[in-house]
Amino acid sequence: MIQIQKYVQAESLEQAYQLNQKRSARILGGMLWLRLSRGSVGTAIDLCRLGLDTIEETQDAFILGAMATLRQLERHPGLNAYTHGAAARAVQDIVGVQFRNMATVGGSVWGRFGFSDVLTFLLSLDTAVELYHGGRVPLEEFARRKPDADILTRIHIRKTPGRFAYQALRVQRTDLPALTCALSQIEGETRAVIGARPGRALVIRDAPGILRDGITEESARAFGAYVARQTPTGSNLRGSAAYRSHLAEILTRRCALEAGGQNV
Amino acid sequence: MEHKEYRVVNQSVRKKDAMQLLLGKPVYMDDFTPDNGLVVKILRSPHPHAWIRDIRTETACKVPGVAAVYTWKDVPQTRFAIAGQTYPEPSPYDRRILDRHVRFAGDAVAIIAAETEKAAQRAMRLIRVDYEIREPLLDFRASKDNPILVHPEEDWFPPCPVGGDNRRNLVASDDNGDGDVDAVMADCEVVLDRTYHTKAFSQTMMETFRTYTELDRYGRLHVISSTQIVFHCRRILSRALGIPMSRIRVEKPRIGGGFGAKQTAVCEVYPAFVTLKTGRPAKLIYTREESQIAGSPRHEMEIRVRLGANRDGRIRCVDLYTLSNTGAYGEHGPTTVGLSGHKSIPLYTGNLEAYRFRYDVVYTNLQPAGAYRGYGATQGIYALETTVSELAEQLGMDPTVIRDQNMVKEGMRMPAYYNEPANACALDRCMEHCRRMFHWKEKYPVRDMGNGKVRAAGVAMAMQGSCISRVDVGSATVKLSEDGTYNLIIGAADMGTGCDTILAQMAAECLDCSVDDVAVFGADTDTSPYDSGSYASSTTYVTGKAVEKACGELKEKICSIGAELLGCTPQDVAFEGKQVRRLDTGQTVSLSEIGYKTQVFSNQAAEATVSHSSPVSPPPFMVGMVEIELDKETGQVTVLDYMAVVDCGIPINPALARIQTEGGLVQGIGHTLMEDVRYDRNGRPIGSSFLQYKIPTRLDMGNLRVEFEHSYEPTGPFGAKSIGEIVINTPAPARTHAIYRATGVWHRELPITPEQILFSQKKE
Amino acid sequence: MMEIQLTLNGKPLTAQIEPDLLLLDFLRSHGCFSVKRGCDTSNCGLCTVLMDGKPILSCSLLAARAAGHAIQTLEGLQEEAADFVGFIADQGADQCGFCNPGFVMNTLALLREIPEPTDDQIRGFLAGNLCRCSGYEGQLRGIRNYLESRRKGGENHGA
Repeated sequence: MIQIQKYVQAESLEQAYQLNQKRSARILGGMLWLRLSRGSVGTAIDLCRLGLDTIEETQDAFILGAMATLRQLERHPGLNAYTHGAAARAVQDIVGVQFRNMATVGGSVWGRFGFSDVLTFLLSLDTAVELYHGGRVPLEEFARRKPDADILTRIHIRKTPGRFAYQALRVQRTDLPALTCALSQIEGETRAVIGARPGRALVIRDAPGILRDGITEESARAFGAYVARQTPTGSNLRGSAAYRSHLAEILTRRCALEAGGQNV
Repeated sequence: MEHKEYRVVNQSVRKKDAMQLLLGKPVYMDDFTPDNGLVVKILRSPHPHAWIRDIRTETACKVPGVAAVYTWKDVPQTRFAIAGQTYPEPSPYDRRILDRHVRFAGDAVAIIAAETEKAAQRAMRLIRVDYEIREPLLDFRASKDNPILVHPEEDWFPPCPVGGDNRRNLVASDDNGDGDVDAVMADCEVVLDRTYHTKAFSQTMMETFRTYTELDRYGRLHVISSTQIVFHCRRILSRALGIPMSRIRVEKPRIGGGFGAKQTAVCEVYPAFVTLKTGRPAKLIYTREESQIAGSPRHEMEIRVRLGANRDGRIRCVDLYTLSNTGAYGEHGPTTVGLSGHKSIPLYTGNLEAYRFRYDVVYTNLQPAGAYRGYGATQGIYALETTVSELAEQLGMDPTVIRDQNMVKEGMRMPAYYNEPANACALDRCMEHCRRMFHWKEKYPVRDMGNGKVRAAGVAMAMQGSCISRVDVGSATVKLSEDGTYNLIIGAADMGTGCDTILAQMAAECLDCSVDDVAVFGADTDTSPYDSGSYASSTTYVTGKAVEKACGELKEKICSIGAELLGCTPQDVAFEGKQVRRLDTGQTVSLSEIGYKTQVFSNQAAEATVSHSSPVSPPPFMVGMVEIELDKETGQVTVLDYMAVVDCGIPINPALARIQTEGGLVQGIGHTLMEDVRYDRNGRPIGSSFLQYKIPTRLDMGNLRVEFEHSYEPTGPFGAKSIGEIVINTPAPARTHAIYRATGVWHRELPITPEQILFSQKKE
Repeated sequence: MMEIQLTLNGKPLTAQIEPDLLLLDFLRSHGCFSVKRGCDTSNCGLCTVLMDGKPILSCSLLAARAAGHAIQTLEGLQEEAADFVGFIADQGADQCGFCNPGFVMNTLALLREIPEPTDDQIRGFLAGNLCRCSGYEGQLRGIRNYLESRRKGGENHGA
């Protein structure tokens, strides 16, 4: 269990930012993963009073506050209508309702965890993170960066019409996944996102245009094989590299067929 | 099955503690013991095998709030066993409270006692240990006669002759049988020779190991522990600490689950030692990690089955060899292994001409194993049942029919089960009932569901015992209060199973009163009559019989006191529940009057204590059938339907018997699908939390359906046999069978993960 | 040390706490012994309490974070719980009882959110509540029977 010397509910983002410049400071998300680390935190900074706990829907975007919970994501009607339920499917097997009432979208994204369903899902959308100092950064770029002392405040999802699908394989139903896969077709671009490789989720675009002429049993199969070839995998408790590569192929194909069945 | 109609027994009465538990009342150890004592923590070895060259605690002791830090230098040098077993224990005396020689990653190195948890943690980090790291023995197949000795010590002592030899890493070894196995096997038309591997599984009861100790008002050591075995615990503490039993009192409050884990005194010695040394109350609560790495999980076993049969499906011969891994200490090692043969082979008594059962139990530098529901039978049944299913498939027979032809039937004598008779056996009816309810004929054929998914079914049978025959002792004290209600005092341990309630049901049946009229108390070494404890499926069968006998004796006493009041002899009166009637005059005295009489100028106590022990251990039987859906593209298996039909004699409380069954099935499902106590290649545990060691959620188990086929066990109370353990035994072989049906591959190692299923299909 | 104010089971409360005190330990030290610790990794659901009516894991929330919020434990919901737990008792599904408070709290949360849940909704909502004794099926039967009895305006089992 992590030790905390001091706890502050920030009055403003500026105050939070200033406090966070110390190496020993830490911004609190849902604290579900943070509390498992063994170290010591000087100042734990809580953003809970800054109104960052909502999901707003505008004409052309969804704006997720960093402190919005996974449960909010799961139950948001607009976001689920837009993603054909992929938002809910991406998070509904994460531990339990209580856990998802606490885990925050901001914490999940900031952690850039390899096993993250949330990161996998958001990478399949047209997503940018908003950093207090760094401004807006495409999620794909942010995911590659190392954590720094900035603060993630919001996540913006542009509402471009598209097709979406999400699949993951869990040996035990609420466990961390053995592999995650999200797929989207937005403005003619197909991307597959593979997470829990077990490394951080990777975006694989359909550069060869395998699905360009439509999603069929055959093209979906070919795209699955392509994605699996493009995805580096490794081994851990939840599966070997070979198994993950195999799953990448199968889940991508299934996602493609699932997305292909949708009318946009 | 014909039997007497009962009034209270065989009814689904609510557990006596149900509303207390469901409304969250403070009934567990940590809820009501004071917090002003010392927090006890254990420093554990990170190495699986090491010798403590030096250990320095000066700095740790200086941490504010630290009361004491103890090392191997401070503790008695006596060796003892922490297995909760009847004296003389079959388990070797191979432990000290703290030992200089540490034998698994997690072995205790130092005991820290501090005012607060934080102080204890700080002190723990400041203890300096200089380990001489030794090469660990991690492969149990290489243990026997390995030059690395886990217990080289001179004072290693086996209280029972079980074939052990610490110079060979051998805890126990045996060879027994009946008939000429070699001759029969040679004459068989089909012989299957298969080897299986089952892993260690963790009981993961929701309440971790925990003990509170204090000196009571007489200066005695008062131990409040989450334990299944108060009396064994007292004996173990007495030996380990070197103090007489008269100075120790052990009691158990409500227990947050046990499943056998708490049949071993896993943590009691540490706070007890602290309290004796400091005179202060002490509390030790294991973290989930400690429960996972230093608990008492199931014995890993490798089982070789040779099964001989004729082409018509007649099973004629079983030859079984089990190698069991007891880990770093020998708790329950010599006994669990016995069940792998003696509680699997008798299932096929029907046509069996010969059997042989040999075993070795060996030490390794891994977490010591212990007692876990099923206790070796689970492993043996998995191996034998899987082999029988394979035989049926190979012969082109329906696997339920091959079992019909060979199973043990009522009235048979079972040579592989110590020649005990199957007095009550409804296994044949269980099979028929299960086949019908499950719709076996429709579900057995493999069905392609499209999308790479197939549905298939599997079957398995199981048995267990109802006590340790000629060993276990159950006792009950029943006494009358002056308002005509009763107290029932037991030494058996209700760990959630509901034994307090079912024993009260039996008492109420005997005493012709309601369950509410019987208050139950247990278990406390100061006040309870002796009971071996709640394990070996024995409480209903053995302690239940003791209750029945005690009630009979109490009724005689009540009649005798009533006769005195009515001015006649005890032969002239009848017990009528609320009163005693003088038969010739019709005059009555109420129980209340009798109760008050015992308090005034009386030489008769309205109280009876009776012990019971059984020369036999009647097996319960069951059949389990599972339907799965298997995704051939990912290897993922979903349980759709699990149907079980159980013969536990007469169920004393059908609702509780059903829950026992359902709970056991889900544990078994977990062991087959996901559970595995794992280590890295250096012998360090890696499944040390619920993040890594996954147990089934309610999304992982499918629909469960449980039914009962009654039999009447003449030696049991009200015809009852046991239920607690048998129910964990069928999921592994039934699922293994169903997976074979879906994929054409037999898996001979548990758990069977989606990855193994996928890749084994590819290979074939 | 820091000071927090919160509402515990309907009553305002001010307390001095360490900044890293977990809500679970705070609640137990304030007499809410129904709140249990079953793991240290947010996996078991035994410590479930309601914060502003939503089920959360008290093992994973800093007590400091509960400041200004309303926390309810089973101690504060005895009457609401009594209505339904009798149906679990009738199944014998309470078993060892150690997971019961967390399970009961989350079931109350479920029934507030979805008054007429399907079996799948029940399983999904309660998936984060582990139980090693009961095999879950008896809990499901108990909830079903409770819903059925409520539909019929049926008797109170909570006595």
